[in-house]
Amino acid sequence: MNNMTVSFSPHIRDKITTNRIMIDVLIALFPAFIASVWIFGPRAALITCVCVISCVVFEWVYQKLLKKPVTVNDYSACVTGVLLAYNLPVGIPIWQAIFGCAIAIVLVKQLFGGIGKNFANPALTARVVMFLAFSTTMTTWVQLPDAVSAATPLMLMARGELESLPPLWNMIVGTRGGCLGETSSIALLIGGLYLLIRRVITWHAPVTFIATTFILSAIFGTAPMYHLFGGGLILGAFFMATDYPTTPQTNKGRIIFGIGCGIFTVIIRLYGNYPEGVSFAILFMNMLVPYINKFTLTKPLGGLKK
Amino acid sequence: MKKINGLPVPHFKNTAGYMPEPIPTPSEVRLPMKMHSGKPANPVVKVGDEVKIGQLIAEAVGAVSSPVHASISGKIKAIDTNDIITGQKSMSIVIASDDIQTVYDGITPPTVTNTEEFITAVGDSGVVGLGGAGYPTAPKLTLKEGTNLDYILINGAECEPYITSDTRTMVDQTEYVFQGAQMLKEYLGPKDIIIGIENNKPEAIKKLRALCQGIAGISVHELPSLYPQGERKVLVYNITGRIVPEGARLTDVGCIVVNCTTVAVFAEYIKTGKPLISRCVTVDGSAVKSPKNVIAPIGTPFRELFDFCGGLKDNVKKIIHGGPMMGKAVPNADVPVEKITNAILALSEKDAIPPRVSPCIKCGRCIAKCPVNLMPSYIEEAYELKKLDLLKEYKVNMCLECACCSYLCPAKRPLAQVMTLAKKMLWEAKK
Repeated sequence: MNNMTVSFSPHIRDKITTNRIMIDVLIALFPAFIASVWIFGPRAALITCVCVISCVVFEWVYQKLLKKPVTVNDYSACVTGVLLAYNLPVGIPIWQAIFGCAIAIVLVKQLFGGIGKNFANPALTARVVMFLAFSTTMTTWVQLPDAVSAATPLMLMARGELESLPPLWNMIVGTRGGCLGETSSIALLIGGLYLLIRRVITWHAPVTFIATTFILSAIFGTAPMYHLFGGGLILGAFFMATDYPTTPQTNKGRIIFGIGCGIFTVIIRLYGNYPEGVSFAILFMNMLVPYINKFTLTKPLGGLKK
Repeated sequence: MKKINGLPVPHFKNTAGYMPEPIPTPSEVRLPMKMHSGKPANPVVKVGDEVKIGQLIAEAVGAVSSPVHASISGKIKAIDTNDIITGQKSMSIVIASDDIQTVYDGITPPTVTNTEEFITAVGDSGVVGLGGAGYPTAPKLTLKEGTNLDYILINGAECEPYITSDTRTMVDQTEYVFQGAQMLKEYLGPKDIIIGIENNKPEAIKKLRALCQGIAGISVHELPSLYPQGERKVLVYNITGRIVPEGARLTDVGCIVVNCTTVAVFAEYIKTGKPLISRCVTVDGSAVKSPKNVIAPIGTPFRELFDFCGGLKDNVKKIIHGGPMMGKAVPNADVPVEKITNAILALSEKDAIPPRVSPCIKCGRCIAKCPVNLMPSYIEEAYELKKLDLLKEYKVNMCLECACCSYLCPAKRPLAQVMTLAKKMLWEAKK
């Protein structure tokens, strides 16, 4: 009885762990995976698997080479892989997808210090890099079953071809042109709801993001419902604008973040050169997070001004 | 008014139904002179002296101090310096039992007719803040001239997991708790005395409510069972709505918080003359064979309490003084029970090993659940960079050390430890 462990209190801990959170996110992304295979065929599953495996391998190799502790078993690389895959068109060449994973894991995540230290969302940064590097393959959308190339609803709206927009029902179920994981709003909403119930995320950023986009596009644009379900808004709001390290830590900050994302999304969509603005908006707001954090310090109960 | 919510930590109140059983008289007790905050007591006996149960063996030194009484009868074996639960050393008086156990014949109820005599009696009883703080009760009840005392809150929240000794005091010594409350009312004259009890102790609430029925100015307040309801600033805020400003005392907002067992102890002393010589201790944890509540003389080594509860399992790996949220891990089972020992826990290897720490993922859980709205993740970063100005701005000095942040952290970061170290860093920089 003389060899007791001595450690600082508390001596009991909550069951929640980083791993469990990542597993919850993967569970929440699963309905959209089913939907993507149903909408775009088995190649959607192939792209997702390639991205997950390469993200994990890149993280493992990087950490082995630099003799750092290997952290692939926290599942965060898997989440990045799935999210990047969901942001790619189903016809993307495999090597380009692997290149994107290298950008996400090595350049954005590990070079800045690994999990929790990156200031920009790895999957989104990789997507934007690929978008600029492989602009043809990254904007070639196909639609099954006949694999004809199809424009995304947002492209149609940007060109003013409102009459050729698919019915709203297709938007919600996901049978439309777009990235492989972003089209099925209903599947993504189920996942988002799961994350809210599990308290992995709070409502603040997604709800303000979606509401701001909806209201501003209703005032300044046309067809706000298509702005809601026609692009990557639902995926971005629930799975990217809630990414812990790259978004504010307080609820007040999350509201500011969500509103900012909404404003930039609408500006880019309505007045920018690109039909879609969710990725750029979130990335831009990621850069502002340190400032948002600074302006949303909590007020300690009973704290006095200096 | 928005209440401080707190965390639904598991209760583990396994021993709530166990009437405390007295343990057999230990062969030897070791009474530290520093069982309270303030100045250590000064021994008034010397080696070789015969002492009886309840006899004064060390007197209080100065205003913030507390006397110590012999908890068993026998011979003073040694006065030496030894380990105490805080990890520090303290001068201690060792009494070897004489196996006869006679009570000191000088034990008589004190005369209490006015406030001054009441406070002297509270001091003489040897009672200190028995919830765990250990601040001597007499100076706490001594009000500065012109203090406007509105509330005395009697703390029966007992929000820490496992511990049920306050529950047992309220259930088994309801009379003393109530009489103590009446004395506080009579001699200190607050507008209201409120006994705050978490709603996972229905029996204590029922018994005290029955006594308070029809008595003006003494009532029972039911609290939700969410940690840390029993923290004094949280208790004041949730019951009275008053916020204790940074750097202020509770009396500055017209409140005093006293633990319920403290109240029962001085009430018993004033009624019978019995000082604080033994107390109810909850013995629990995954490595204890049969968890119980016991009554142990102050100064008994932890080992004897564990032995009385069937002994420890072979896989024991951690011994904790107090509850699992704020209690201290002690290096061995030879340290003595102190006045403030409300529980001792023994945890098996599985529960004892601290979890693996991984990097902060900035999820904000620690910020969302801090009872006083601090930002532990920011403070940790500022502490690691040794940024004193940021620590000051983030008000780490206001941390209650309740450890909710560490409890919740998915990356298992030792946030509460960092907060305590950061406080110390700031305090040392000020000197």
